[in-house]
Amino acid sequence: MKDTSHINPLENEAIYIFREVAAQFEKPVLLFSGGKDSITLVRLAQKAFWPAKIPFPLMHIDTGHNFPETIEFRDRLVEELGLELIVRKVQDSIDAGKVKEESGKYSSRNSLQTTTLLDAIEEFKFDACIGGARRDEEKARAKERIFSVRDDFGQWDERNQRPELFDMLNGQIELGQNVRVFPISNWTELDVWSYIEKEGIEIPSIYFAHKRKVFLRDGLIWSHSDYVFQEEDEEVLEKMVRFRTVGDMSCTAAVFSDAVDIKSVVQEIRDSTISERGARIDDKRSEAAMEKRKQQGYF
Amino acid sequence: MEVLKIATAGSVDDGKSTLIGRLLYDTKSLTTDKLEAIEKTSKQKGYDYLDFSLATDGLVAEREQGITIDVAHIYFATKTKSYIIADTPGHVEYTRNMVTGASTSQAAIILIDARKGVIEQTNRHFFINNLLRVKEVVVAINKMDLVDFSEEKYHTIKADFEQLMNKRDYEEQKITFIPVSALKGDNVVHQSKNTPWYNGETLLEHLEGLDMAAVSNVGTPRFPVQYVVRPKTEEFHDFRGFAGKVYGGELSVGDEVVALPSQTRSKIKDIYFYDKKHQTASRRSSVTITLEDEINVSRGDMLVKVDDLPTIEKQFTATISWMDSQRLAAGSKYVVQHGVNKVLAKVETIHHKINPDYSGVDRDTNDLGMNDIAQVTFKLNKPIFYDKFKEHRTNGSFILIDTQSNSTVGAGFIQ
Repeated sequence: MKDTSHINPLENEAIYIFREVAAQFEKPVLLFSGGKDSITLVRLAQKAFWPAKIPFPLMHIDTGHNFPETIEFRDRLVEELGLELIVRKVQDSIDAGKVKEESGKYSSRNSLQTTTLLDAIEEFKFDACIGGARRDEEKARAKERIFSVRDDFGQWDERNQRPELFDMLNGQIELGQNVRVFPISNWTELDVWSYIEKEGIEIPSIYFAHKRKVFLRDGLIWSHSDYVFQEEDEEVLEKMVRFRTVGDMSCTAAVFSDAVDIKSVVQEIRDSTISERGARIDDKRSEAAMEKRKQQGYF
Repeated sequence: MEVLKIATAGSVDDGKSTLIGRLLYDTKSLTTDKLEAIEKTSKQKGYDYLDFSLATDGLVAEREQGITIDVAHIYFATKTKSYIIADTPGHVEYTRNMVTGASTSQAAIILIDARKGVIEQTNRHFFINNLLRVKEVVVAINKMDLVDFSEEKYHTIKADFEQLMNKRDYEEQKITFIPVSALKGDNVVHQSKNTPWYNGETLLEHLEGLDMAAVSNVGTPRFPVQYVVRPKTEEFHDFRGFAGKVYGGELSVGDEVVALPSQTRSKIKDIYFYDKKHQTASRRSSVTITLEDEINVSRGDMLVKVDDLPTIEKQFTATISWMDSQRLAAGSKYVVQHGVNKVLAKVETIHHKINPDYSGVDRDTNDLGMNDIAQVTFKLNKPIFYDKFKEHRTNGSFILIDTQSNSTVGAGFIQ
């Protein structure tokens, strides 16, 4: 029988993109959040360069408001694969007076990450930052290129994007510019989950259903935590939940779920009628929330 | 899972976004929160129907002006296929986006407003999809509800379009006509009761039935080397793997190959996909190949079968699509990126401009502006290894990069 294990077109495309990054840039970095998309990126990068090691470091922009499970997972992965990990903290940007902590009911450090990220890019002179964004996530992302050029200020000019034809990726830039690279641009949420299942990739436990202290606000399930502001009348409940996307604790809502393993998670996504970013509190701020953050240099 | 990429083309008010929105809605691909957002905005605007175009018009500027300004990608899946739709705008000034969308697609949907019929824009949309050799074209005759689902109207438009087909260069392109109403949902996913005279498939039925092998572009195997893998570890001390994607056909262990440009011969020793060895590398798989002999191969070089050499030349003539506001002039220099290989190129001759509406050529041409399509001869500082575009869609195409701005300023199809 003919072996067809290597003909997944999305996987082949992503591997191709990783190799283009390694060949066209001097200082690439993989932006690693500990979420399922960046974990998938790590596996694809392994495949692209095997038997050599992944030829660039990972970088985590740490809001300090992480799920502890994600950090444990991150450190273990890095050690197992012998990778270099760079961590830059939003707290340091706050302490240096570069950004101001938000206050109030909906405060989050999510948008503060942009400053820390741009500073880190400058510090290490990274010319390519690989991220796990997908076009199906959000309307502004649907227009994103695979190689997306950012100017000296890290900003995205959506009206002046390079056309991308056939497989050809043009990574030529000037000194000071950098390129954001999205190898899984064409994957959907279900594609990522199916891939994790097929490959047997390990992911942090918060993606599976577990008992957690939560409270309800605006139809979303929020984690009860020191990092999340909670009104007195917002009652703490203990529920079976899981996370579909993992960001900062202050901007990631949970979903009720009984899916305790990867198989039932994939099934749940298949049947699901709420899109993934529907559980992202940061996108609910306004209709154009993502587009605005992207123009400023967000991931 | 099979993945089908589709480009869409239509003029400003032909209802392209509505058609895509309808496809998403009827395949239950719109999620509750997206649907709610659409309902909310439609209501705010005072519509008594759901404005599906809101599902795809992403950027703020687009929502304000009610137009689509760039290529957006939309995803949905059925039990048989995953679909990626490149939603490209139809107005004249955005020809470049249409060329871009078509370059990665195996199928295209051209929309025609049934009230207007075949217009100048339709000629352009067809011309570009034919130039780019998109294998499958669906002509969706839309807004049938506004012409009382008239069979006569449908046949008139079909006959007008068939006139255009006589002028095409790529004759093997398959063309299918479907009468639809994107707004009301006729013949998009579900068969319409309003068109009893139409016995064909709905749009989705047609896409579902496309045989992926038949819509792919097959040629001879070409292996452009992207990256040389040298682990330099104890276990893989002498490992030198050539990483790249196989285009056109298959390569197998034991194949006699020649490396270009050095013309050195060797045999394929192993084919790796990740840590597994494979006997054969399928078309479009990203593999790592090792050779029997130690020969010097680096990025930009190409492995091909010994009995199947491409053209190796320092000059070629191509049809190019110019995509920049700065004009292309004879004598100017650009970087040609041909696959993963880059060479310097000089514009030798601009032969003529080709009107993309089948109205002929303009021989009195000294330079090219944004959205012009022309026949141009380039001289290169080093030879490249190419096939004609009509024989090899990948190895016959290239992009032009401006040496100052680094922007991608054009695309070309070698003759």
